[in-house]
Amino acid sequence: MLKKISMLLLGALTVSTSVSAETITIATVNNGDMITMKALSSDFEAKHPDIDLKWVTLEENILRQRVTTDVATSGGQYDVMTIGTYEVPIWGKQGWLKELDKLGPNYDVDDLLPAIRSGLSVDNKLYAAPFYGESSMVMYRTDLMKKAGLEMPKAPSWQFIEKAAKAMTDKQAGVYGICLRGKAGWGENIALITSMSNSFGARWFDENWQPEFDSKEWQQTLQYYVDIMQSYGPPGASANGFNENLALFQTGKCGIWIDATVAGAFVTNQQDSEVADKVGFALAPDMGLGKRGNWLWAWTLAIPASSKKSDAAMKFISWATSKDYTKLVAEKKGWAKVPPGTRASLYKNPNYMQAAPFAQITLDSIQSADPKNPSVKPVPYVGVQFVAIPEFQGIGTAVGQQFSAALTGKMSVKQALTISQRLVERAMRKARYPK
Amino acid sequence: MNKQNSQASKLIYTLLAWIIGGLIFFPIFWTLLTSFKTEAEAISASPSLFMFDWTLQNYIDVLARSPYFDHFWNSVVISFGSSLVGLLIAVPAAWSMAFVQNKRTKNLLMWMLSTKMLPPVGVLVPIYLLFRDFGLLDTQLGLVIVMTLINLPIMVWMLYTYFKEIPNEILEAARMDGASIGEEIFHVLLPIALPGIASTLLLNIILAWNEAFWTLILTAANAAPLTAFIASYSSPEGLFYAKLSAASAMAIAPILILGWFSQKQLVRGLSFGAVK
Repeated sequence: MLKKISMLLLGALTVSTSVSAETITIATVNNGDMITMKALSSDFEAKHPDIDLKWVTLEENILRQRVTTDVATSGGQYDVMTIGTYEVPIWGKQGWLKELDKLGPNYDVDDLLPAIRSGLSVDNKLYAAPFYGESSMVMYRTDLMKKAGLEMPKAPSWQFIEKAAKAMTDKQAGVYGICLRGKAGWGENIALITSMSNSFGARWFDENWQPEFDSKEWQQTLQYYVDIMQSYGPPGASANGFNENLALFQTGKCGIWIDATVAGAFVTNQQDSEVADKVGFALAPDMGLGKRGNWLWAWTLAIPASSKKSDAAMKFISWATSKDYTKLVAEKKGWAKVPPGTRASLYKNPNYMQAAPFAQITLDSIQSADPKNPSVKPVPYVGVQFVAIPEFQGIGTAVGQQFSAALTGKMSVKQALTISQRLVERAMRKARYPK
Repeated sequence: MNKQNSQASKLIYTLLAWIIGGLIFFPIFWTLLTSFKTEAEAISASPSLFMFDWTLQNYIDVLARSPYFDHFWNSVVISFGSSLVGLLIAVPAAWSMAFVQNKRTKNLLMWMLSTKMLPPVGVLVPIYLLFRDFGLLDTQLGLVIVMTLINLPIMVWMLYTYFKEIPNEILEAARMDGASIGEEIFHVLLPIALPGIASTLLLNIILAWNEAFWTLILTAANAAPLTAFIASYSSPEGLFYAKLSAASAMAIAPILILGWFSQKQLVRGLSFGAVK
C-alpha cells in the first residue's frame, strides 16, 4: 500500500515537474552549425529539465523579416533570436534587446574575440552572444596555381589576384579564373564590393554622412570588379551568390573564390567537394593602403525585450555559446565541425588547429577587421561590409542592383555610380541625416 | 481534305498541350529527381537524369530533423478550415449578389476584388498587432481567420460567376412553391451549383495550402504549416538542395494527390459556363 502511495506521489511529482517546465522558442537560421546545435540540444535539456526547447528554423531572409516584425511590435513569439552583427547595434540602441548580463560565472566573456564582441556591444553592454563568426578570405586551387607557374602569397594584393585569375582561366575547359558574388543585395554583392572598397580607400559616407560614390576610389573599386569578372569570371555571374559560387568551386569550375571563411569547411569536405585536396587559403587582398578587403560577420543569439522567459533564454544562450559546447561538438561531431570565429581559446587548441586548415586565416581575418574603422579614411558609421543604420537594407540592395547591372554590361561603371550616388543622397535626405 | 485538316490540327494541338504540360511539370519532376540524389550529385555540373545512385537518405534526414506530421496537420487544418468557413460566408454573399442585385452590387464586387490588389506587406503591421493583442499569433485559429479573409473575395467572385449561369426562373419557381430563402439556397441552388462549389472549395484549399507570406509571418513553433517546413531547408550559406527538394516533395505531395483525384471536378467547375 505504502509502495503504491509513494509511486502515485512520484508520478504526481513527475507530472507537476513536466507541467511547470518552461518552454522557450528559439528562432534560428538553416546552416550546418545551427543544425548541429539543434541536434545536440538534448544535452541542454538534460542539464535543465525545467526548460523545454521549441525550434523555428528558417531561411535567413525569411527569418530576418519575421524576427524584425516580432521585435519591433513586441510580439513576444520568440525568446531567443538568431540575428547578425548588422541588427545587434541597431536593435540594442532601440532597446529591443535584453542585455546579456547573467551568462554565469564560468562563461568567460573575455575569451570572446574582441572584434566580434565590440560589434555586439552598445555602450559596453553585451546584447548578443556570438554563436559563430566569420570573415572573408581567398580560396584557390593549388593545382591550377602550380600549373600557371605562380605561388599565392599569404597576403595577396588585388593586382596579384588579377594576374592569377588571368593565368588560371581556361574557358574552353570550363575553368574560370575568379568567382565573386554578383547577385544584387545588401548581403550579397554589396557585402563583397563594400569590403573590397574599404581596401581601395573608398567609403559609403564621409564624416558628415554625405555619400561618396562619386569618388575616384569607388570608380577604381567598381571598375576593377567589373573588369576582372567580365574577363575571367563565369557566365551569368550576376545571378551568383554564395551557394552558386560554392557549387562552381566544388565542381572545379573556379580558380579563385573570395568569400566567407565558413566556406573553408565546405570546400575541403571530401564528401561534397571534387577539389577537397587541392584547395589553398590566403588573406583577403589589399591595395597596399593598410586595409584588406575582408568582412566581419557573426550569427549571434539574443533575447528580445518582449520575452517573458529571459532567465531560461539566458541559460540557453550561455550553454550554446560556451566553451563546454565547443567541447561537446568536438566530442560528438569532430573538431572540424566546431563553430568557428568566436572564442580566442579555440585557436589555442592544437586539435582544432590541426583539424581545420583554414583556422589561422580565419582568426587573422577576423582580428584584422575593425567595424569602427573599416576603411582607410574615417567614417561616421559602424560596420565593415555594411553600414549599421536601419536604412542600409534598402539602400544597400538598391545600390547592389546598379552594381549588378554594371556587371552584366547594361550600364557603365560611371552610370552605376552616378545613379547610386543620387539614390543614396535622396534616401539619406529623407531619413534626415546627419542625425 | 477537311477531315485530314482537322486531324492534323488535332494532332498539333495535342502535341502543343503535351509540350506545355511537360514544361509546367518539369520543375516538379526535377525536384522529385533531386530529392533522391546526394548533395554532391544535386549540384553536379553535368547532372544525370536517371543514372545516379538513388538514395532515400534525404527523406530520412528531413523526417529526423523536422516534425513533418505536425506541419502537415497544421496545413490540413488551416487550408480545409479556412475554405469551409469561407464557403459558409461566400455562398449567401454570392447568392445575394447574383439574384438580389441592386445598383451597388457591381461596385461592391469590384471593391472586394480590389482588396486582393493590395500587397500583403502593406497591412502586415496592423494585422500583426491585432493578432498580438487578441492572442492569435502562432495559432491555427488565427491562420484560419486570416486565410478565410484573404481568399473570401475569390470565393465570392467564383460562386457569383457560377450562380449567374443558373436561370433565375428556377429559383422563382421554388419561391412560388413557398420555399424559404434557406430552402431555396440549400435545396435548389446548391445541388445545381455543386460542381462550381466543389471547384471553389478545391481551389481555395490549394491557395491556402500554398500561401507563404502570412503563414510564415504569423506562426512560430505551434501552428507553422508545410510552407514553414520548406523554408527551414533553404539556406543562403550551404548547399542543401537535395534535402530542400525532399522537403518540397513531401510538402506538395498531399495537395498534388488531392488535385489528381479531383481533377475532373476541378476542370468541370472551372470551365462551368465558359462554353455556351
